[in-house]
Amino acid sequence: MIKNNKASTMYLLIVFILLYAPIAYLIYYSFNAGGTMNQFTGFTWEHYQSLASDTRLITIALDTLRVALLSALAATIIGTLGAIGIYYAKLRRTQTILLSLNNILLASPDVIIGASFLLLFTLVGFRLGFYSVLLSHIAFSIPIVVLMVLPRLEEMNTNMLTAARDLGASQLQVLKEIILPSITPGILAGFFMAFTYSIDDFAVTFFVTGNGFATLSVEIYSRARQGVSLEINALSTLLFLVAMGIVVGYYFIQKQQRQRKKTAQIDPTNHEKAVTP
Amino acid sequence: MLKQRKALSVPYYLWIALFVIAPVFLLLYQSFQNIDGSFSLANIQTYFTSTVYLTMTLQSFLYAFVITVVALLISYPAAYFLTRAKNKQLWLLVLILPTWINILLKTYAFIGILSQTGAVNQFFEFIGLGTQPLLFTRLGFIIVATYIEIPFMLLPIFNAIDEIDDSMVFASRDLGANEWDTFRSVIFPMSMSGVRSGVQAVFIPSLSLFMLTRLIAGNRVVTLGTAIEQHFLVTQNWGMGSTMGIVLIIIMFVVMFLTGKRRKGGQRG
Amino acid sequence: MKKLTFISLLVIAFTGIIYFASQMIERAQGTSGSDVFHLYNWGDYIDPDLLTQFEEETGYRVVYETFDSNEAMYTKVDQGGTSYDLTIPSEYMIERMIDEDLLVPLDHSRIEGLNHINDDFLDLSFDPGNQYSIPYFWGTLGIAYNEDLISNLELSSWESLFDPALENSILMIDGAREVIGIGLQSNGYSLNSKNEKELEEAANTLVDLAPNIKALVADEIKMYMIQEEAAVAVTYSGEAADMMWENESIVYVLPAEGSNLWFDNMVIPRTVQNEDAAYAFINFMLDPEVAAQNADYVGYSTPNESAMSYLPEETIEDEQFYPSQEMINQLEVYEDLGPEYTGIYNEMFLEFKMIK
Repeated sequence: MIKNNKASTMYLLIVFILLYAPIAYLIYYSFNAGGTMNQFTGFTWEHYQSLASDTRLITIALDTLRVALLSALAATIIGTLGAIGIYYAKLRRTQTILLSLNNILLASPDVIIGASFLLLFTLVGFRLGFYSVLLSHIAFSIPIVVLMVLPRLEEMNTNMLTAARDLGASQLQVLKEIILPSITPGILAGFFMAFTYSIDDFAVTFFVTGNGFATLSVEIYSRARQGVSLEINALSTLLFLVAMGIVVGYYFIQKQQRQRKKTAQIDPTNHEKAVTP
Repeated sequence: MLKQRKALSVPYYLWIALFVIAPVFLLLYQSFQNIDGSFSLANIQTYFTSTVYLTMTLQSFLYAFVITVVALLISYPAAYFLTRAKNKQLWLLVLILPTWINILLKTYAFIGILSQTGAVNQFFEFIGLGTQPLLFTRLGFIIVATYIEIPFMLLPIFNAIDEIDDSMVFASRDLGANEWDTFRSVIFPMSMSGVRSGVQAVFIPSLSLFMLTRLIAGNRVVTLGTAIEQHFLVTQNWGMGSTMGIVLIIIMFVVMFLTGKRRKGGQRG
Repeated sequence: MKKLTFISLLVIAFTGIIYFASQMIERAQGTSGSDVFHLYNWGDYIDPDLLTQFEEETGYRVVYETFDSNEAMYTKVDQGGTSYDLTIPSEYMIERMIDEDLLVPLDHSRIEGLNHINDDFLDLSFDPGNQYSIPYFWGTLGIAYNEDLISNLELSSWESLFDPALENSILMIDGAREVIGIGLQSNGYSLNSKNEKELEEAANTLVDLAPNIKALVADEIKMYMIQEEAAVAVTYSGEAADMMWENESIVYVLPAEGSNLWFDNMVIPRTVQNEDAAYAFINFMLDPEVAAQNADYVGYSTPNESAMSYLPEETIEDEQFYPSQEMINQLEVYEDLGPEYTGIYNEMFLEFKMIK
């Protein structure tokens, strides 16, 4: 492998600093006694204390997580099966049509998605609240899952499938034993992206929520009338640290597992990787 | 047995019917209605004859183009260097992490950073440039929009470069190519699929940014997204909003077509 | 496959824990009671202490949700999948909602304390006889400016905003009717004009104003003015009151040509589930002491005559916030323009934003 020289490492470092600058800014001001994100007047834990007693905000943060996890899970399941469906579509044209339909939501502006979902819920008389938000989040996360899973399916070694079928495996067995294991990285990436989309969404939720249900973005938006309260900075600092912890922890667990695997045996399901050095 | 597999995809088809086809039809239906609710082609006519809407569409294109190009210029080298870094998967995750912080919050942070008394201007003041207006300018808008879009450009490019077989690179080196030649004739052509998906993932959403145009550009940048939001939320002229939505969907198809996979035969070497 | 199943189970378990945790919090707070009152209000438009007091006095649990424009509120109520018990729209929206049968007529025998409201705010043209609405706050649109930042200028009219010295220094409220209204009133026309020629003139006038506009924003104006990011703002009276509270150099004036006078009234929308709670809330807000506390917190002007005696003298004597009858006569109330002219106003506004 070719290693980076000093200049390129510098470049990477600068990009990282730029990407984290606004976040560092948010975190820095979460300790500001001045109460605004403008002038730092002194250090305080005050905003963390008021966060601890703000049950409304905590409940909303938990609700946001709940919607994100559930919608990402459902979208991943539906999207993965959908991608397999597209992959198996016999005609090239059917595939193209399905993919175009898939991409419509991905490319539509949030406002349009939100408004048209609201129209839809109105048409069928669906009550606005947790379930309308959950359904919408599932709906707009499905296409990204499909896009993440499909390339993995296309890379899959078709010889394995034929071999398995020749040996008498049923469709479900093929799916469980061969297809799913070899597209797992794509599925995980899909889940990851769906989760990100849900956490990040403001516009769609703004349209389809009601009856007192709120997610963090909507709540932040409505609180921003008074200028953002630093309590929200404190909350995002905590969430950020948790996310950072999960990511780093996940990475090291993966790394350990990988090392153990290397010494044991090569993954039999990943035929292609096993053949190429 | 085939039926079993087909049955598994049913939820997906149901989703397409309910959340893609139905909304698009609703949009189409709305766009053929005038403000009184009767059938007309007035919206489409207004859109294509009004200088305001056409200039706006053109401007949106321009902004989206600039944002995409800047994001690409920053992301490509970053992605390339990343693939050669130690612990690259960890770095990649760390790089995606900022997208988990709420976009509104990051925007508010930028308001602080770019304002008259903000960090950037304090720096300018320090190096003797004096206070420059950044907030509520086009430049500010492009900076923040690019920032938001960079991870979505970086990820696909990284994946594409990362998938290039190391043996190809070594082969090229063995044949006497230097690093630059290897990059130019092996890595760059093979990473084009990533660049294409990156451009798709950035260009189309950039056409319809709407919170940023208000919060960072102070409504002095008007994109298609801003206008659509206005029509849906303020004017309640859903017909015109839908018409612009349809226009955006068509633009999306054009972009997908232009950046999409070409047939194998058409490609050189 | 095993890995996927494991991760799915992990996600489900995690979701379960989260759900359980939020249930625990709600139970600990005693906020999961059955007698719920859904209040749909503007953001930061009521003293939160008053909500707590209302909960304690009546035993209802308040579910508080906010909107950022009359139109967003209208969309949600019209949609029907919601159960708001009370909302607080502005006058032109009330007029429209009455027309479209989205409001429940009030039973005046269940309302106590209407006598506290100043007669000037009752029986207005948008709701004759207050059949549907009860006054909550009222206010004006005006000019807020920082005396330190523009020491040599006297801003007392819309006209003065056109001064070339103010280049790129005005924060304008992001509203079609407000901005077009400035164009109309500078030419001496009505805010509710439906005359093409007058509107065209207004548009031409506004072209000259464009170079002075720094940004068209909404609630953030308050923050920017306090931080002195800009020198001048066109904003609502209550926002200005908040700014003046935080930054002593800021003053608020009503322009000489006249301006907009608006009312926000409490109404019971068709989506109501808990009418008793809605009436309890209306009666609670009509109480003079409560109204005074709310006005002090929010910064807008209260229509509650009896509440005046609880407010600080400097507040009620400030002519910019409680203008004299003579000044009020100069002010104009928005009428519902109907879909066609709402569209025209918005188109003009879009065009204004695109200048430069």
